[in-house]
Amino acid sequence: MYPGGAGSRKGQFESGTYEAYKLKRETPNSKLGALCAGVLCLILFGWFFRPEPAPADGRVHVRYWEKWTGFEEDAMRKVVDTFNARQDRIYVDMLAVSQVDQKMLLATAGGNPPDVAGVWDSNVVVYADYNAIQPLDDRCSRDGVGPEDYLAAYWELCRHRNHTFALPTTPASVALHWNRQKFREAGINPDQPPRTLEELAAFSDRLTRREGGKLVQSGFLPAEPGWWNWGWGHWFGGQLWDGRGHATLTAPENIRAFQWVKGFADRAGTRDLQVFQSGFGNFSSPQNAFLAGQVAMVQQGVWMANYIHNNNPGMDWEAAPFPFPEDRPDLANSTPVGLDVLVIPTGARHPEEAWEFCKFVQSQEGMEMLCAAQWKHSPLSRVSERFYREHRNKRIKLFYDLAARGRTFAPPPVGIWREWQDEMKTAFENIWTNGQAPADALAYAENRVQTKLDRYQESIARRYE
Amino acid sequence: MNSQSGDPRGRGVRAVFREARPSARVQWRQLRTGLLFISPWLVGFTLFLAYPIGMSFYYSLCDFSVLQPPRFVGLANYQELVADDVFRQALTNTFCYAAGAIPLGILLAFGIAMLLNTGVRGMTVYRTIFFLPSLVPSVALAILWMWIFNGKDGILNIALSDVARALGSSASPPSWLSDPKWVKPALIFMSLWGTGHAVVIYLAGLQDVPVHLYEAADLDGANWWQKVRNVTLPMVSPVILFNGIMAIIGTFNFFAIPFVMAPGGQPARSAYFLAVNLFDNAFLYLRMGYASAMAWVLFLIVFVLTMLALKLSERHVHYGGS
Repeated sequence: MYPGGAGSRKGQFESGTYEAYKLKRETPNSKLGALCAGVLCLILFGWFFRPEPAPADGRVHVRYWEKWTGFEEDAMRKVVDTFNARQDRIYVDMLAVSQVDQKMLLATAGGNPPDVAGVWDSNVVVYADYNAIQPLDDRCSRDGVGPEDYLAAYWELCRHRNHTFALPTTPASVALHWNRQKFREAGINPDQPPRTLEELAAFSDRLTRREGGKLVQSGFLPAEPGWWNWGWGHWFGGQLWDGRGHATLTAPENIRAFQWVKGFADRAGTRDLQVFQSGFGNFSSPQNAFLAGQVAMVQQGVWMANYIHNNNPGMDWEAAPFPFPEDRPDLANSTPVGLDVLVIPTGARHPEEAWEFCKFVQSQEGMEMLCAAQWKHSPLSRVSERFYREHRNKRIKLFYDLAARGRTFAPPPVGIWREWQDEMKTAFENIWTNGQAPADALAYAENRVQTKLDRYQESIARRYE
Repeated sequence: MNSQSGDPRGRGVRAVFREARPSARVQWRQLRTGLLFISPWLVGFTLFLAYPIGMSFYYSLCDFSVLQPPRFVGLANYQELVADDVFRQALTNTFCYAAGAIPLGILLAFGIAMLLNTGVRGMTVYRTIFFLPSLVPSVALAILWMWIFNGKDGILNIALSDVARALGSSASPPSWLSDPKWVKPALIFMSLWGTGHAVVIYLAGLQDVPVHLYEAADLDGANWWQKVRNVTLPMVSPVILFNGIMAIIGTFNFFAIPFVMAPGGQPARSAYFLAVNLFDNAFLYLRMGYASAMAWVLFLIVFVLTMLALKLSERHVHYGGS
């Protein structure tokens, strides 16, 4: 319908057709509207795709995304500040990013990644397979960065398909930590930790206490903290795969390991354990089961000294290599190793400048500054005396020695590790909570993992073709 | 007289209509102006809804990791879904949750609305009180309930233990979030927390029921239950249907709370829901193609259930205007 009343319409129609009226009335408005909308779109388009303004300081700004927050972020920021202070060409803008692995991935897919990112060693393989990170071989050989600079266990975590894709930041090895006070209360010599896994189970039974039928203290719980549940087989000499694409979860050593794990749940009682574990607080809090005295022995990484210092500074603790099976002394000094790494994403705008920063972090000065502030050991093969002298973790050499000379192991270098880990987690929970037989739980997990492994390898092979 | 020079009155009307019918040019101009005015919405809809929906269907037919171009694999993702135990488990968990949470939510919300509709004094205050919990953000809610459900020191178990002791029983309450048997009932129970939203809608529906219908029922000697059954329920049945459909959509998209309360669906995937499984595949396992197929199956399930609800409602839902 046209606007206005009948009277006005009549007047309009007398001087021409409705069509003419509409054209006369609407043309200027619609033209103006279109013009305004067009200008607005252009402004928005221009703003959205505006070129990045040149930094006022004339330096190349390197965008660095890092996962750390709190004291870990502070430690890295100190390294970044030192690098920036010595530079007149490059400036590193460090940004703490939660879930950095996922965000870096999406940013890379979107063509706008950071110049350098701090992720985990477990990300390296899958990112490399999908070309999301740049190989660093040429830069490494040009600037003399090589395997001789690092502990072998850590250098390997940076490599995939015979190429180097990452460089270390802070490493981690794992040891048994025990509460000496709890040992004394149970009549156990606090200076003699369990050497074998059988002794560990026996000590655990002596340290376990009940009040009114309820569990109030446990000696050792394989599920606490539960971060290396995938690796129990390694402590018994097992492997998760054969290195050629076949999962070996049902190997006798792995089944034996999970039977040993199940023994703890069977002795304590599944129901009691569920209630007892519900009372455990967050890892980084005074309510942490080990720090609160609810668990007397725990498997923990090099970082634990820092958390003890922050949350229960008066705690009388010690650390030693994790025990081995009595019949396998060759498995002594076993430890999983993990690594935080720096990667340069594909599509980074300033890869050379990012590499300069990575190189600084790899220097003995940069690395020791970072690792000391994070209470960790160095991944480098050369460590200064000063580093040990001033380090606040009294057992720092133990962790370094475990990584350097111990029997180290890490997750299989496959792109489906995240899925694999979830399958292992479910198998562990089925054994620990549901009382499922280890052989059954592992067979089920193996079947699922193998299917995923085959699918992934086929997919990658097809892409590389 | 011919049609051109006939009755002046009739010719005038026809002339007005002929002249008033806009030409193709004017119609195009009108369309262009209209499109221009709705262009912000149109751009948003196309870029952020229509295009992703279309692409997600295409990706569901591809091997797609986000980092590399999608590779067409036909129905392989859907075939894999059929054989995937974890997907089936997530589907079962989601159906169990929906089967518990939807009817309980409707019953509780309707019951509270009925109570509030009895002319109680300070109804607006009560209405606000019941609505407030549904304003709590999901993550905060999850953290709160993790404490409530704590097997050792949770307020719920402390209360249940006291009750059991008072009754002379030695039974101990369950470890809600650690026991695979109890984690779904716990989440269903927790879902009742957000029932205030539905209460407000039911209350509006109840207040819209004509009083004369109750008066007629009173004259017929109907008791309370007969009035509820023959007057209230038919009159608010469209509202029940609306809430039911919204609940179906909501429960099949149950994500934030299990993501926070039961990471990875722990214990032993007993709390692993479809939306969480989808997220894991898309963003943790980098299987966007497979996750897209999952999303389309989820859409299909919700669509079929909604259609089913609408079909069933034909005989039970009464509209005042019909």
